[in-house]
Amino acid sequence: MILQPSSRLSIGFGIGLALRRQHSRPAEHVALQASRHDEATNISAPAKHSPQNSRVAHMNMANAVHSALEAAMELEPKSCVFGEDVAFGGVFRCTVGLQSRFGKNRCFNTPLSEQGIVGFGIGLAAMGWKAICEIQFADYIYPAFDQMVNEAAKYRYRSGGMYNVGGLTLRAPYGAVGHGGAYHSQSPESFFCHVPGLKVVIPSSPMEAKGLLLASIFEPDPVVFFEPKMMYRTSAEDVPTGSFTIPLGKARVISTGQDITLVGWGQQVVVLMEAAKLAKQEGVSCEIIDLRTLQPWDRETVIASVEKTGRLLVSHEAPLTGGFGAELVAEVTKKAFTSLLSPPVRVCGMDTPFPLVLESIYLPSALRVLEAIKSSVLY
Amino acid sequence: MLAHACKHGYTTLQYVLVYGCRMLDADGNDQGGTEQPDMSRDIALRVYEAMAKTQIMDDICYQSQRQGRFSFYLTSAGEEAATVGSAAALASTDEVFAQYREQGVLMYRGFSFQKFADQLYGNMFESGKGRQMPIHYGSSDLHFQTISSPLATQMLHACGAAYALKMEQSTSISACYFGEGAASEGDAAAALNFAAVLGVPCLFICRNNGYAISTPIHEQYKGDGVCARAFANGMIAIRVDGGDARAVYHACSYAREKAIEGCQPILVECLSYRSGHHSTSDDSSRYRSNFEALSYPCPVRRFGHWIQSKGWWSDEEEEALRKHTRKQISQALSEAASQPKPDLSNLFTDVYAQVTPNLQEQMAETLQFVAKHPGMVPPGVPINPPFLRGMDDSQLVNWSNGDQD
Ligand SMILES: Cc1ncc(C[n+]2csc(CCOP(=O)(O)OP(=O)(O)O)c2C)c(N)n1
Ligand SMILES: [Mg+2]
Repeated sequence: MILQPSSRLSIGFGIGLALRRQHSRPAEHVALQASRHDEATNISAPAKHSPQNSRVAHMNMANAVHSALEAAMELEPKSCVFGEDVAFGGVFRCTVGLQSRFGKNRCFNTPLSEQGIVGFGIGLAAMGWKAICEIQFADYIYPAFDQMVNEAAKYRYRSGGMYNVGGLTLRAPYGAVGHGGAYHSQSPESFFCHVPGLKVVIPSSPMEAKGLLLASIFEPDPVVFFEPKMMYRTSAEDVPTGSFTIPLGKARVISTGQDITLVGWGQQVVVLMEAAKLAKQEGVSCEIIDLRTLQPWDRETVIASVEKTGRLLVSHEAPLTGGFGAELVAEVTKKAFTSLLSPPVRVCGMDTPFPLVLESIYLPSALRVLEAIKSSVLY
Repeated sequence: MLAHACKHGYTTLQYVLVYGCRMLDADGNDQGGTEQPDMSRDIALRVYEAMAKTQIMDDICYQSQRQGRFSFYLTSAGEEAATVGSAAALASTDEVFAQYREQGVLMYRGFSFQKFADQLYGNMFESGKGRQMPIHYGSSDLHFQTISSPLATQMLHACGAAYALKMEQSTSISACYFGEGAASEGDAAAALNFAAVLGVPCLFICRNNGYAISTPIHEQYKGDGVCARAFANGMIAIRVDGGDARAVYHACSYAREKAIEGCQPILVECLSYRSGHHSTSDDSSRYRSNFEALSYPCPVRRFGHWIQSKGWWSDEEEEALRKHTRKQISQALSEAASQPKPDLSNLFTDVYAQVTPNLQEQMAETLQFVAKHPGMVPPGVPINPPFLRGMDDSQLVNWSNGDQD
């Protein structure tokens, strides 16, 4: 087993850290070799360290997102960042300074209309631009649902490949923060995972956010990029200051284990790590997988892991019923049926709107995950 | 009348019915009368009290939030005249669909400080059962539909409600408040068109306060405010100085009459200013100057000046009101803080009329879980419904449905 707990931090060191000159082409930025596949374990190995390229800065997730946007706008002159209140820096401070740096034509406020933002972005992307739009909260993405589902997702298919809106990237903060209540806490990812044509990505650390966001922006398909807003401030690590990408569609094995596979994404990855620590004290060894990309998700990595451990637990903040966890469980049950030692379980948000006072009871906390791990192992 | 209004008014467009544009100057001096009977002393005093109370409550609650007593607050500073003045023009049974900055409407209708405070703390007496963020008030008694955060959605609800009132030949109308930012949403465009086409008695009251969070109006729209959109939909509109409670009252009274008379929608655009930050999560010094924020004349002081000049109000009464109000609000907040939160069952009830099987299962699992980990229950949250006066029986039944083991 090559991976050490800190190896996700070292992901960035091998990237030839494209601290490139201003005029470098988009194609030149370096795809991060984050996932050299170890056949036996499907573990992402750290790439080789290249000291002279390892310029990093300590960033929280808001800084990392900002850094990715800045890099993208620098690499691709035909790119725009826009949305509600982005000009002054955005309500989560992810777009600070972009307008003064790249001008009002490339970073601007839009009128207050999410369907407007996404529809406009689709048109921009159809003309070959990188349209990077911000929806202020994932909870307010629904007015844009039609544009996303009926337009962005089907643009390529319906035109026989003549047109596409691959340049569209839609960023939105999602998830619990402790006091957001019904409309500042939602996790709507499963709606979009159900739409062929859209890719769905959710990062789980500043490093991940930067690499995955840059990959999403340069991905030839429209990407919905949900940022765990809890992590904007609470999570910080060293992140390369230059441009790098983490490939979409590849999960990340955070730590290896023998007894059960825990799969999550975004903020829930932190909860799973906490639960795994508690489980370890009780003698249970967990393998933790950060799915990173939900659509298309990395079947290979998850299934290989479950074939090894024999048990699966999927956890997300979104309500249980119809959540994306169901998709993983169904697929794994089919593909790894004979390896299973217990029924796959989901530990998720309750089937209720997101509450306020009772948030901690609604959420799939580490203790709830721990209880489910124990039940699964003792099955 | 029209000429008079134009003289004192803002931009006037030919198609905009400009009425009662401005009746008080920036200091509160009388700018002339009206063809309608002027605001009576009783109404003026009630309006003033509600405005002053709103202002004081905003001050204290803003500070309380800063001190960490609850998680969020949002003031209506600069817009007290727009909300209270319009509320005074409505009948108490007019169904209100508000955005979120309309505490002045509730204040005018008699929502108690205790009810405000209970909502802010999300305690068990809060009618919304602690499920939404602070300031998301609602009161079926006061015909005030519960606030929801998504913008402009309520504008179409107001149309539907007005249609119901029309079909029932009610003498009430629906009143819909919204910001100039929200007016950019697709729902807003649909609502104005629906209301006009279906001919519903709906009063659209736009609070045009210059900003949507950080976005100034010149980045929000290019046309002539929100008024012009009413005309585009075949609806009349009135533009009024939103900092002038007397003018807002007259404009809305007139508009309400028109709405009922012709069974039609009508739009009142209150030009005002958001004198405070967007909310406690915002720091407006990042996008506007302090000078700008401070130069907007306080609507409460303006209206106070007018009622004093009429001999209806004195400095002594002013001081007594402020002192008494401060005390009442502080008491209400302390009382609200000391009350238990809604019990655990409230996570699962009201999702549907009846608790569904999946929720019953989740309730049962939750009970098992908290029995094992009582530390996971948030502070102040009872596991079982406390035995209390007025506790709704159906809640108890629902809960025992879930408590299967
Ligand atoms: C659909 C939707 N999009 C975005 C938001 C986030 N948001 C909350 S308030 C606000 C600004 C609203 O401005 P305006 O309508 O002018 O009202 P004001 O705050 O000025 O009273 C925004 C963008 C939201 N609540 N709902
Ligand atoms: Mg506004």
